[in-house]
Parts: sequence; structure tokens; C-alpha cells
Amino acid sequence: MNWLNNYVRPKIRSLVGAKSDVPENLWLQCPSCEQMLFHRDLEANLNVCSNCGHHMRLPARRRLDTLFDDGAYTEIELPDNVADPLKFRDRKRYTDRLKDSRSSTGRQDAIIVAHGTVGGQKAVIAVFDFLFMGGSMGIAVGNGIVAGAQLAVLQEAAFIVIPSSGGARMQEGILSLMQMPRTTIAVQQVKEAGLPYIVLLADPTTGGVSASFAMLGDIAVAEPGAIIGFAGARVIEETIREKLPEGFQRAEYLLEHGMIDMVVPRHDLPESLGRVIGLLGQKSSGAEIIPVTAATAAPDADSGGDGAAPAD
Amino acid sequence: MADTPVHAFLDFEKTIAELEGKIEELRHLNDGGDVSIVDEVERLQTRVNRELTQIYSNLTAWQKVQVARHPARPHCLDYVSALVSDFTPLAGDRTYAEDHAIIGGLGRINGQSVVVIGQEKGHDTESRVKHNFGMARPEGYRKAQRLMELADRFGLPVVTLVDTAGAYPGIGAEERGQAEAIARSIEVCLNLRVPIVSLVIGEGGSGGAIAIAVADQVLMMEHAVYSVISPEGCASILWRDGKFATDAANALKLTAQDLLQLGVIDEIVSEPVGAAHRGGDRAIRAAGKAIAEALSDLCGTDGAVLRQNRRKKFLKMGDTAGI
Repeated sequence: MNWLNNYVRPKIRSLVGAKSDVPENLWLQCPSCEQMLFHRDLEANLNVCSNCGHHMRLPARRRLDTLFDDGAYTEIELPDNVADPLKFRDRKRYTDRLKDSRSSTGRQDAIIVAHGTVGGQKAVIAVFDFLFMGGSMGIAVGNGIVAGAQLAVLQEAAFIVIPSSGGARMQEGILSLMQMPRTTIAVQQVKEAGLPYIVLLADPTTGGVSASFAMLGDIAVAEPGAIIGFAGARVIEETIREKLPEGFQRAEYLLEHGMIDMVVPRHDLPESLGRVIGLLGQKSSGAEIIPVTAATAAPDADSGGDGAAPAD
Repeated sequence: MADTPVHAFLDFEKTIAELEGKIEELRHLNDGGDVSIVDEVERLQTRVNRELTQIYSNLTAWQKVQVARHPARPHCLDYVSALVSDFTPLAGDRTYAEDHAIIGGLGRINGQSVVVIGQEKGHDTESRVKHNFGMARPEGYRKAQRLMELADRFGLPVVTLVDTAGAYPGIGAEERGQAEAIARSIEVCLNLRVPIVSLVIGEGGSGGAIAIAVADQVLMMEHAVYSVISPEGCASILWRDGKFATDAANALKLTAQDLLQLGVIDEIVSEPVGAAHRGGDRAIRAAGKAIAEALSDLCGTDGAVLRQNRRKKFLKMGDTAGI
């Protein structure tokens, strides 16, 4: 590296014309082991480094292709919402940012909802697209979670959410914060219908997303190495002025601290998720037994918070 | 007229500072009760009030942020000691620790037994450190959950007082599941079959605030702010420079007036002329009245209906607001 590399080359490149017909990045370097990987091999290996097993982010659509049985699923249309409710503008208009993300990703917002089967079990999957404004959660993403949850209830299917998000979408201000209770209600509906709610925490899951529906799964699964936490590492470092411990906020670290159930490599996810849903989903016998025992128990279940235990 | 002397003037209060300085000087001179000086003081005082009314009815969003964070503004414990009789603090999350950033306990408001939960920032160095500047760790949110569940079991309404820059960002807080603690706290709010009323008294800082503010009635003091991120944080991310906090504050729509319009809060509680840091007692009294009214509106309603209505209300957030 010298000043020539830094300053002259970009100019020459712009003179020649920046775009070439040869696709860029035929070879990608693994950010973990620095091995050069051929892009087709990497893609075939679900964006997992064949050398060190490092999990790179997987595009939302690929997620659905690999998780649903035989890659078969039906995507649902999400309701429209008010775009840019605050008329937000920073250095750029929010509407322009939305436009850019829409044209680069080809979708309306940062979430896709689809239904199909996983391991032979009915499932609705809501997956975040990190490429769409960092997977940030605004009203549209809230709509996705709500619609997905309601579809799961309707179909008596398991609900799987795969966040990959920096948190709330600042450009929607307080209304993005309000998606935290909103999405929590959505997953409560799934839980109260007696259906499995499974969260697959993908890199990264932080901020308002982790502090709402993402941490409320009946089962919390994470991908290896995924960053999962509330506050960003930089904010923490600036606050405490200390170096963060090795592996801080990584999936394995959370597993060790009791915050998630399991860390599952990407290749094993379809089998693991299918098995978990299957194990939780055999509720037909359970559902019949429970009312019988409830009827014989003390009839205080619905006293509405009166709570006063009968004195002796 | 000021209830409490204000020593820390905000940058937009320069004229007030000058006028009050003059008044102070004149009062000092006038030991003998000179009539002309008394008149002059009165005249100046009227001007102060006029200026204050003028300034405070036209605050910008960034100025509101400064007012909401004013050190002399009444904090949670000021509200509790004025409004809650028989206050009986309850401590601990039964899992790890007692977090002084969130205070909570039993007490009575207008004779009605309630559970009170709130974030306390502290008023001097010692108490600020004790209360961690109002920034709770997971233990604080787990204590809040425990107290809300206690309220639910005994049929007591819950009153929460929100005043935090946000949940504490620290290694321990992350290790012990800050995100989970906040998420669960939101869930517990939504499960309650008793009334829950929240009042944002100063700063409603993001997830740390919403954790205890998913309420049937969300009230907000006139000069309080409530936002998804601090203006400084927003500026440093979107403008790549914290100096644009003023612009960020504007863009975020974080004032009580904006939030009422967006349908995120239900009512604004008026503050006296010159804001709550000048008239703490009057601000607290107005808050007390608003809380009592909200409680009496909600108390007759069946628990299941309360819960259902609360869920409906928050399920709609963003769906219809802001059009």
C-alpha cells in the first residue's frame, strides 16, 4: 500500500469506466480465516466458509429456499402502510432511502413472510433482510410479524422468525419503538394458541428487535458466531471505557450465559427446526388431558387477579 | 413565580438569568424596604414571567430535550413522596440483585392501593451514582416484572413513572440478558389484568422506557420527551456527527405534543410557567390529578377487557397513526 494505490487508481478506474462486464467478487475472502473462496462454492455451501466454518450472512430468500422442505413455499403479500409517517429527513430523505433500498433489494421492506412445511411440519417463517436498511424494524416490519403470527394461528402452524437486524428504524421515530409491544402482542397470540414460536437468531440481532419478539421465543436457536445483544459493542465500550471480553455478544457467549437454547450450524437447521416443531407440535393428546386435570384442581384459575388465598 | 430557585440556566434562558440576577441584586440592596425598589422588583418579576411564558410556549424539540434532562426537574422519588401515601418500597429481582435505577413498591394514591414503579435518576452525585443515573440493568426490569405480577395477583393498579436515558449498556447487563429483560417486561405489561397508567416525567429513552410504559393510559408531562433513540445517538449514526443533535431532535418528533398527534400518548399534563424545574410542586400536583383521573376511569373495567383493549391499542400502533 502506498499513496499511489490510494489516490491514483480510483481516478484511472473512473476514466476507464467503473463497471466491467466481469462480475466482481468472483473470489471472496473469509473475514474469519482469510481463505479465498470461489463465490459459487460459497453459495453452494450456504455462505459458510468451507475452510473454517465461519457463517456469513445469508440472503433472506436463500433462507426460505433452504429451510422449507424441498425449497417449496408461498410468500404472502404484506399490507401497505404509511411510508415515512414522520416526514423524516437526515442528510437524505427517508423516502429516498426507502426508494434506494427497494430498488437494490427488489422488495418493499426488510421482511419476507412465507408458509410451507419444515421437516414435514406446517410452518410460517418471517425472515429479515439485512440488506434492506440493516434489517431495521419500522411499521412495515411490524406488519410482517403481525401478519405472520396471525397466519400461523389461522393455519395452526409453527411460527419461526429469523431476525437479522440492527434494531428499530430510527427514521420512523417513536412509531418504530412502538413496534416492540406490537410484535410482542403478535407472538403472544401464537403462544396463546398453543403453537410453537421459534426464533432463529441470525447475525446480527440487536437493539429494539432483540428487546422484543426476538427474545421471547419458546425456543431460541442461534447461528454460530451471530452477534446478539441489546446495546451495540461500540456504545458499551464508550460507556465503560473497557475492552470487551473475547467473543462478547456472540451466539456461543449467549449460550454459555443461559440466554439461548442452542447454537445450530446452518446446514443442520432444517432438520433441527423440523424436529423441535415436531416434538412441540404433538399437542392433540396433551390438549385433551389438560382440561381434565384443571377441572379437578382448585377453581381459582379465572378469578381475575383477586389472588387472596383462602385463609384457614 | 418560582417555587424553587433555579441555579442551572439553560442556554436559551439568558434573558431570564439576567433578569433574575438583577432581582437578586435589588433584593440584596433593599434591606430597609424601600418602596421604589420593591416596585422595581415586582416589575422585573412580571417581565420574568412574561419572558418565561414566551420562551416556554415556543420551545424547539432540542430545547425540550434540555428541559426534560434539567437536573432540578422533579424526579421519580419527588413524585412518589408527594403523591403516594404509605409508600412501601420493595426490593430485588429474586434472581441476582437490587437495582436502584428502578424503584418500586406498594402505596396509596387517593386512598387506592397501587403498585408504583419508576426510574430514578438521582439529584446529586451520590444519589446519581446510587441510582446509576436512572439507567437500569436487567435486574431492574426483572424487579419491575415481579412487582407487576404481584399487582396482578392482588388486583392492584400499576402506576409507572418513566425517566431514563435508556437501559444501561454494560458487559454485565448484556451477560445477564438486558434484551430479554426488556422484552419480558413488555410482555408482562401486556399480560396485566389490572389497570396500568404510565407517566413520562422527563426522558423516555427508547427500550429502557417502553419496558415499563406499555400502558392503558400513557401520560406525558408537557416538556418531557420520548424517543426511540437519543438525538445525539441518532445524529451520530445518521448524520455521522453528534453535533447535529438539534436536527435529529426535530426529525425524531419526540415532544409530548408530537406524540399526542401521532396517537402514541393519550394525554399531556401541563407544567407551570417556566417548566417543572421552576414549579416542581405544581407540576407534581397536576400529574397527581391526571394519574388519579386515569385510574378512576380504568378501575371499573373487567381485567380481561382491560388486557384486550391494551393489546388492541398497541397492535394498532403505526397502523393508523401519522397519516
